[in-house]
Amino acid sequence: MNVHLNLWLIPLLPFAGFLINGLLGRRLPKALVSTIALLAPLAAFGVVLNAGFLQYVHVNPGFGDLPLPYVETCPIGWINISTLHIDFSFVLDQLSLVMLLVITGVGFLIHVYSVGYMAHDEGYARYFAYLNLFLFFMTTLVLAGNALLMFVGWEGVGLASYLLIGFWFNKTTAADAGKKAFIVNRIGDFGFLIGMFLLLANFGTLTFSEIATKLGQDADWTGGVITVIALCLLLGATGKSAQLPLYIWLPDAMEGPTPVSALIHAATMVTAGVYMIARNHVLFAHSPFALSTVAVVGGATALFAATIALVQTDIKRVLAYSTISQLGYMFLGCGVAAYSAAVFHLMTHAFFKALLFLAAGSVIHGMGGEQDMRKMGGLRTKLPVTFWTMTAGVIAIAGIFPFAGFFSKDAILYAAYTQGTAGKVLWFVGLLTALLTAFYMARLWYLTFFGETRSHDAHPHESPWSMLGPLVILAILSVVGGWIGIERFGAFLAPATGPRAVETGNGTLEIALSVIAVAVAVIGWYFADRLYRQNPERPKELATAYPSGYKILANKYYVDEFYGATVVRPIMIFSTYFLGWVVDKAILGGLAWLLGGIAVFCGALLQRWQSGNIRSYAAWLAAGAAAVLLFVFIPWTSVLANFGIHLTLAGQ
Amino acid sequence: MNSLLSQEVPLEFYLILSALLFALGIVGFLIKRNLISVFMSIELMLNAVNLSFVTFAHQWHAVKGQIFVFFVMMVAAAEAAVGLAIIIAVFRSRATLAVDRIDLMKL
Repeated sequence: MNVHLNLWLIPLLPFAGFLINGLLGRRLPKALVSTIALLAPLAAFGVVLNAGFLQYVHVNPGFGDLPLPYVETCPIGWINISTLHIDFSFVLDQLSLVMLLVITGVGFLIHVYSVGYMAHDEGYARYFAYLNLFLFFMTTLVLAGNALLMFVGWEGVGLASYLLIGFWFNKTTAADAGKKAFIVNRIGDFGFLIGMFLLLANFGTLTFSEIATKLGQDADWTGGVITVIALCLLLGATGKSAQLPLYIWLPDAMEGPTPVSALIHAATMVTAGVYMIARNHVLFAHSPFALSTVAVVGGATALFAATIALVQTDIKRVLAYSTISQLGYMFLGCGVAAYSAAVFHLMTHAFFKALLFLAAGSVIHGMGGEQDMRKMGGLRTKLPVTFWTMTAGVIAIAGIFPFAGFFSKDAILYAAYTQGTAGKVLWFVGLLTALLTAFYMARLWYLTFFGETRSHDAHPHESPWSMLGPLVILAILSVVGGWIGIERFGAFLAPATGPRAVETGNGTLEIALSVIAVAVAVIGWYFADRLYRQNPERPKELATAYPSGYKILANKYYVDEFYGATVVRPIMIFSTYFLGWVVDKAILGGLAWLLGGIAVFCGALLQRWQSGNIRSYAAWLAAGAAAVLLFVFIPWTSVLANFGIHLTLAGQ
Repeated sequence: MNSLLSQEVPLEFYLILSALLFALGIVGFLIKRNLISVFMSIELMLNAVNLSFVTFAHQWHAVKGQIFVFFVMMVAAAEAAVGLAIIIAVFRSRATLAVDRIDLMKL
């Protein structure tokens, strides 16, 4: 191996940006802050592109050589305890290459967008410091060659997410949302940790390649402890990727700035769970039960979140539930062992969902901070660039040919359909979700851009080009991003995620399924058109006609309330009464009071000696001297002898 | 008369006198309120000790004890100079010499 990719630069450049902007940012001029913040991801993107180029010329020989996976290990070890060796090792393979391209590429675009979006914010430097910090941890997570290093990145992105959700910490809702995201993620992290411990106990290593080797040597080893490990990892993934039952933090995370929602809570961080499952696909391959659990969780989440998205009125919340739903698609893809399709959807989703969030941010920016779609409308002519780019995103997510979402969604649905009866059920759930997706996205589109303006005190204006530029680039990617096709993409990923499970090459079936999917999307769009463009009063009539159904959806199935009553309240009661009153106040407080009381009591006794009166000191001194004299002159031996005690010196 | 003069005073008498003087000094130090009296009591204690030194030096025919007495006297003289100066300074600043009134470092 004679190529040096300097992978370590990819995380450390954003980290340097974080240090500079975090420590000195407040004293630096804004232009310098943005330059540093933009250069860091751009340079990292350059390093990734270089690696991608070398890989390309490797696949097409005659230009150079980069065999993947390429490993870079820090010469200084990390943990060395008897047989346990954990290093700082970065691994670049096809999977991490795709992820890195998305993270640094989309990440850079969102940084550019943020320059315009956050221009008037007081915490400008702090914002970019956090954003760079996020890129540092996210690239660490993706590049990590072992589960522990991945966990470092995993926790780090959680931290960055927490900091950015609560970026406007003066707002109680934002601060609470940050805490909620962090705490819910802790539950998932608990699963990840247990999974790692079990891996260590059963494999003696956390390095992904060594685990794969050990599993490869023992093909019959399925189920049992591997199922437990895989389910623990799945719990971790549901936390980070906002799947049932731990999805509740993501809608609240919309309290953060919109570019953050685009980068962290749509394009990159929330896909970490999908990435983690794809990274550990060997483990899941040895546990059919865990794999089908992944598929069920994904399918259920996709449908569940899509139904909630139908009635949300906050533009960002619609997109948040849509993100949860699309992540469900990716899990569904992982669950039917179509990892390449899942990662394909991850990539296209990163394009169009980042686009949708940024466009929504542009709308919110133009409306002066208004997020309620009921107060928008008629923005098509006032925000033309935003309108056209968002249209590309809406069509892409609806899955209409030939936009990016069509190809990836189709790949997942096809993979599900070919997986037997259960697969056909999942395919149907996915199809239903696609219908709902097309409906609620078209609803968002119509409510925002069509009809009459419903807010008269806002003066919508188009955003600056620093914001529109990224929108245009992402819109182009949302159109062409899928054209590479699942065959070529799957073949490229095959060395990292295993060969595609479905290579039946049943052309007619594939085409038939695609036609059905597109038809369903068009039907969904048509309903939205009927309801929100042609007859804007009809949705309200429907809501009043079916009040119970509408209420359940509008209140998000009362899941937050349910968790509040079953988890949060018992914990609060336990904490307040048992931990707070019994343990803290009675036991700990009582002990502290007792110790203090003893000290005070002794002090009160001894205090009388320390009168501050010199004569009393002198008197004590004299009395002491007299006592010593007496002690010396009393013939103790004979006195004690009177009492029958005979002292002898030691040794005599 | 002659026999009385030639007869040496016994050692114990000197020691008892020394102890009495020392005890008087302590008592004076403890009960007197006037700073100068306290000071004089200290001198009394020092001289009581001097007396025992000389007594023992005479008894054992050792000159060291007598030399020590000179040391003590020298230190006492120096102490008297410094101590009286302090007493004057105290009296000037507080207009009193009652020891139980002078129990604060700061004014």
